[in-house]
Amino acid sequence: MNPYPDLHQNSPLLEGLGEANQKVIEVRDLVKKFGNFVANDHLNFDVYKGEIFGFLGANGAGKTTAMKILCGLSAPTSGKVKVAGFDIYKETEKVKRNIGYMSQKFSLYEDLTIAENIRFYSGIYGIKPAERKEKMEKLLKNLDIESARDSLIGSLPLGWKQKLAFSVAIFHDPKIVFLDEPTGGVDPITRRKFWDLIYEASDRGITVFVTTHYMDEAEYCNRVSIMNEGRIEALDTPENLKQKYGAKNMDEVFLKIARNKE
Amino acid sequence: MMIIFLLPVVQLLLFGKVINTDIQNSRIAILDLSHDNTTREIIAKLVSSGYFVLGEELHPGDDVEDVFRQGKVKMVVTFGPEFEQNLERDGKANVQLLADASDPNTARILTSYASGIINDYVKKEKLQNIQLPNQINTEVRMLYNEGLKSVYMFVPGIMAMILMLISAMMTSISISKEKELGTMEVLLASPLKPIQIVLGKVTPYLLLSFINALTIILIGVFFFGVPIRGSFVFLMSESFLFILMALSLGILISTVAPNQMVAMFISVLALMLPTILLSGFMFPIENMPLPLRILSHAMPPRWFIVIIKNIMLKGTGILFVWKETLILIFMTVVFIGLSIKNFKIRLE
Repeated sequence: MNPYPDLHQNSPLLEGLGEANQKVIEVRDLVKKFGNFVANDHLNFDVYKGEIFGFLGANGAGKTTAMKILCGLSAPTSGKVKVAGFDIYKETEKVKRNIGYMSQKFSLYEDLTIAENIRFYSGIYGIKPAERKEKMEKLLKNLDIESARDSLIGSLPLGWKQKLAFSVAIFHDPKIVFLDEPTGGVDPITRRKFWDLIYEASDRGITVFVTTHYMDEAEYCNRVSIMNEGRIEALDTPENLKQKYGAKNMDEVFLKIARNKE
Repeated sequence: MMIIFLLPVVQLLLFGKVINTDIQNSRIAILDLSHDNTTREIIAKLVSSGYFVLGEELHPGDDVEDVFRQGKVKMVVTFGPEFEQNLERDGKANVQLLADASDPNTARILTSYASGIINDYVKKEKLQNIQLPNQINTEVRMLYNEGLKSVYMFVPGIMAMILMLISAMMTSISISKEKELGTMEVLLASPLKPIQIVLGKVTPYLLLSFINALTIILIGVFFFGVPIRGSFVFLMSESFLFILMALSLGILISTVAPNQMVAMFISVLALMLPTILLSGFMFPIENMPLPLRILSHAMPPRWFIVIIKNIMLKGTGILFVWKETLILIFMTVVFIGLSIKNFKIRLE
């Protein structure tokens, strides 16, 4: 079932002390209201360094709202939020310097080439040209697309675009990268290749915060939280969740939680 | 959906009412050097015709050009001294029609109507008792545009239109494109400040528009012989102000429009048509029905065209266009303020 069985052994929760226990995201009583509608209802969770944290929930459960708050794209109504050690209210600037973000819609300029996109984002994050060139060569080689460096993004297949968008989002070595449903619209094989990249980033110490509604992806995460109607209903490793709910896979866990609510 | 049914109605009414080259209620000034019965009667005839409204009474020694520079009137009618005596004794009298030809079509119509009314009066009222060959000597002068060249009118109008198009429309489309493609979110999640993002989007269009303005003026001057009687630097500064206004309007549109299509639609509907129809560029504002005349006050190009014509054709400085300049500055501030407000709401 799980293509990466060794991963859970690396889970920061099991590893105990050390660097891995460092909190990179701290959320206490986060509330976000739009008028009378409560999108996030007193969320509480921590995310640890190097962890792959899955943020699950049906459409409209409030996961994108919460993620936007963590990225500084939206202001919370109340609550305490720290990202990369910085306060989301007062130190938005520093938070933004330390995160990468890949939006649902994808985030590269279709009418620019791969190299131009990388140059543009390097400029935004203040990466020096020499460093950029070196890292770009590595990136192109790693993705095996050296020949396509001068191709327009718009001409590439969707799977490539997603891998590129992710690589660009972590190009400035952020502490945390936020992925908002990064693998929408591609087949499971392409999705798994995409996850290879996520593991590489995680190995380098980059924390990955990912929203998804694909349950096979939930299995790949170190820990997952499941949201429903603005609240976090469950938060644990996929193994523990499956045990707790007596389920064979995450899909069942998810369905059981949703049914319990009704 | 509503728009599909409303559009033809609005367009038809707008065009039908606006494209109306007849003149009515044009403001004129009178300089009467005789003050006798005949001149009084002629003035009464002019005013009661419905074409003219008495805007100002001038006195000998007044600077006639000043009333044109201030844009108060479209034509000055001057009666020579001893008008009645001359008419009754020699059958000859002098009247001068001085028209503001920075709008050549209106000037042409105004002068021909006015001389028609004057000659008609003399023939009907005076010829009956006087046996002399009666003759009114109507001297027509076209101020600012002796040759009645229509290009004098088109240069300011085209400039307003192009600057609106490039600045407002292109800005709104390019910003809403980033929103549509999702790249805007990534930029907002980056260390860039919103103001840096907006400046980055706007600066290229600022430069492009400025080059466009310069090109239009140069072609106007060297190819069509349109004069620049005022200060060139002042002219370019006012153009710069207008471009800033249009850019902030473009930003405002982009905060409202969710995608490129809508931005384009708003720009064309809200900017292009009014610029052409209601700014006084093609059709004189005073001929429009009252609601449209009121609406035309909200059209930035209306004020810009007045400024450009004043500087280029009448050679005036800030003294005569400070009001229009202030209106453009006010509009710029309002558009920027509204954009910031909309932007904040979206982020919350």
